[in-house]
Amino acid sequence: MTGTLLTIKGLTKAYPGVVANDDVSFEIREGEVHALLGENGAGKSTLVKMIYGLVKPDSGAMTLRGTPFTPAEPRAARAAGVAMVFQHFSLFDALNVAENIALGMEHPPKMRDLAARIREVSETYGLPLDPYRTVGDLSAGERQRVEIIRCLLQEPKLLIMDEPTSVLTPQEVEILFETLRKLTGEGVAILYISHKLEEIRALCDHATILRLGRNVGTCVPAETSAREMAELMVGSAFEAPERAGRALGDVALDISGLSVKSPSAFGTSLKNIHLTVQQGEILGIGGVAGNGQDELLAVLSGELKTHPDAIRLLGQPVGRLGPTARRELGLLAAPEERLGHAAAPDMSLIENGVLTAAQRENLLNRGFLKWGAARSFAEKVIESFDVRTPGPDNAARSLSGGNLQKFVIGREVLQRPKVLVVNQPTWGVDAAAAAAIRQALLDLAAEGAAIVCISQDLDELMEISDRFGALNEGRLSDIRPAKGLTVEEIGLMMGGAHGMEVSHA
Amino acid sequence: MDLSSINPALLLASLLVAATPILLAAIGELVVERSGVLNLGVEGMMITGAICGFAVSVETGSPALGFLLAALGGAVLALLFALLTQFALANQVASGLALTLFGLGLSSLMGQGYVGIKPPPTPKLDIPVLSDLPFIGRVVFSHDLMVYFALALVAAVWATLKYTRVGLILRAVGENHDAAHALGYKVVRVRLMAILFGGACAGLGGAYISLVRVPQWTEGMTAGAGWIALALVVFASWKAGRVLLGAWLFGGVTVLQLNLQAAGVAIPVEYLSMSPYLITIVVLVIMSADKSRAPASLGRVFHASS
Repeated sequence: MTGTLLTIKGLTKAYPGVVANDDVSFEIREGEVHALLGENGAGKSTLVKMIYGLVKPDSGAMTLRGTPFTPAEPRAARAAGVAMVFQHFSLFDALNVAENIALGMEHPPKMRDLAARIREVSETYGLPLDPYRTVGDLSAGERQRVEIIRCLLQEPKLLIMDEPTSVLTPQEVEILFETLRKLTGEGVAILYISHKLEEIRALCDHATILRLGRNVGTCVPAETSAREMAELMVGSAFEAPERAGRALGDVALDISGLSVKSPSAFGTSLKNIHLTVQQGEILGIGGVAGNGQDELLAVLSGELKTHPDAIRLLGQPVGRLGPTARRELGLLAAPEERLGHAAAPDMSLIENGVLTAAQRENLLNRGFLKWGAARSFAEKVIESFDVRTPGPDNAARSLSGGNLQKFVIGREVLQRPKVLVVNQPTWGVDAAAAAAIRQALLDLAAEGAAIVCISQDLDELMEISDRFGALNEGRLSDIRPAKGLTVEEIGLMMGGAHGMEVSHA
Repeated sequence: MDLSSINPALLLASLLVAATPILLAAIGELVVERSGVLNLGVEGMMITGAICGFAVSVETGSPALGFLLAALGGAVLALLFALLTQFALANQVASGLALTLFGLGLSSLMGQGYVGIKPPPTPKLDIPVLSDLPFIGRVVFSHDLMVYFALALVAAVWATLKYTRVGLILRAVGENHDAAHALGYKVVRVRLMAILFGGACAGLGGAYISLVRVPQWTEGMTAGAGWIALALVVFASWKAGRVLLGAWLFGGVTVLQLNLQAAGVAIPVEYLSMSPYLITIVVLVIMSADKSRAPASLGRVFHASS
């Protein structure tokens, strides 16, 4: 199993204004797990899209088991034995499992035979799955199983996985890794894309690191420290966030007996949540996506209203107040989903600044906007948070994910909140920008603000939070000091493997 | 007032006829919307089909040829919509509304020489024995072929969507076009075919009005049937069976209120005339209260680059 499966030589792909991949070469051996590492925008997605036939390279060549490999479309790549599990699952919510899988096959058998095959394969690999359930009702872990089974039914030689663990609990990750090891044992090679360096160290045999579209190095992850890999990715040493000793003040945010029905049919209702956050404290809230995080943010920001006494800000009941009134009192929020929820994509940064900062930064004069003040506020955010943009007149949409996220967080931080609630503050943000955002949150807490940080990135929560709780199906676990929590304990707080059986013997 | 003048057999028979135009248009629009495209131009495509079918039948003397060209006319107009929305990536709502206005104008231009002419009659089925059965024969076995064609089309669309791979791909494209594209399906091509099919169906529905239901040509004679077909698709929760029920309901109330008008019921004519629209919408709103939902990509612009 040491032969070379796929050789990539000098692959180059340029888009107008940016070279996504510049002369990238590396090899994937049969039966190995090969990691592809890099920051956002380093060209990982473009590279795998070329292997999967979604994008055509400008120059360069690939060979698969010695024969030239130039897939014109995903169909051809699949026929050659390349399968891919997408980062954002490419599933159809309204269709059932078997239909979803049939769509990924060239010549699907009859539905009944296919259903039987799905049962068989899914059990062989320890990923039990009911072929007739509607995909929209499945948990994230189960949905990923659908994608994996869809790939496995093609009997692939190379399986590409794009950030597969970002939506899983630690226990689910363990199940996935077992499956992947079983697959490599059968000779399947896996190209594994991830940000999570510890995972790569645990799972992968080799790693190729991309930076700005170039291959900047290969390493054996087990023999390289996470810090060394991170520095290869970023290209320079960067500061890990530093926490200063903080004195905790009065209780800033007090939630007691909060139950809220989710406004959306597929949402999760919050059930009897209690928590307090003191001034100068960061409370981390973990949990797998879709367990009430969005609802918790909405009820704290004021998008969802509730009983007045359920939420108290410095002793004052605010549960019935809307977002604007809460902002005036000092309770600010930065939701996830930068484009559409946290920022209006087609409006300029100035306008986006005004949208949340109008009251606290005094940008209004009897209903009229003070454009001068608004511009200087946006410029202040851009400067203090190192947002890379030509200027505040640019549309929010034109910024890269990391830069927009810095702007969105910076906009709230600079309004000197008493309580700041953030959801997924560093989602899809490169390592350097993530470190800057975390540092800004820590600094804000050091100045005496209370912070609630909702995130699915456990490393991030452990890094910055003082206390930790997890959401599971709308309920909040006990809140415990973050220091000294083990991964197993965190996993159990998150609800274990979500009722998915572990059928690995 | 003389309710005894209403003949139930005649009522049921004319229900089938009255339902056919919106049934054809709605089943076509259902396919279009299941592929993720919202074409608000149904009314325009119907009226274009109505004049195309009428003119061709009058010139050639053949209703069959008329229906064929009506389908073609509807499809050509739909092609315009497809070019705008699928290739030029124009907004679907605006393009659809423009298509309706364009169709109405174009049809009155084309129909200038045809006002006041009678089209050749469309032959009705006359099956020995069956058509002579009392009641049943009158209601079920003595219509023109288009009535049966429309019913067969509904069944075919239902079965195709539910059981075939083509149907599965169509639903997948309408549900999540990015994912369908990532799997290698030709989103634009699938949608183009669906839009053309929808146009052809709307054209047939329009021609049925001008050749059978009201055998004559007047400007704007579809009188909102296209909009009812659109509403029908939404309130039928994008399900073929419910579209059929809705169309029959609409057709039924239409002929009933006409009969009531003729019988001289003491309700103002205006109320009777609006009743089919009101009742159909109310019933369908109640029917659509279950959790079925629109195709997730409905009305969203697809571009392969993202």
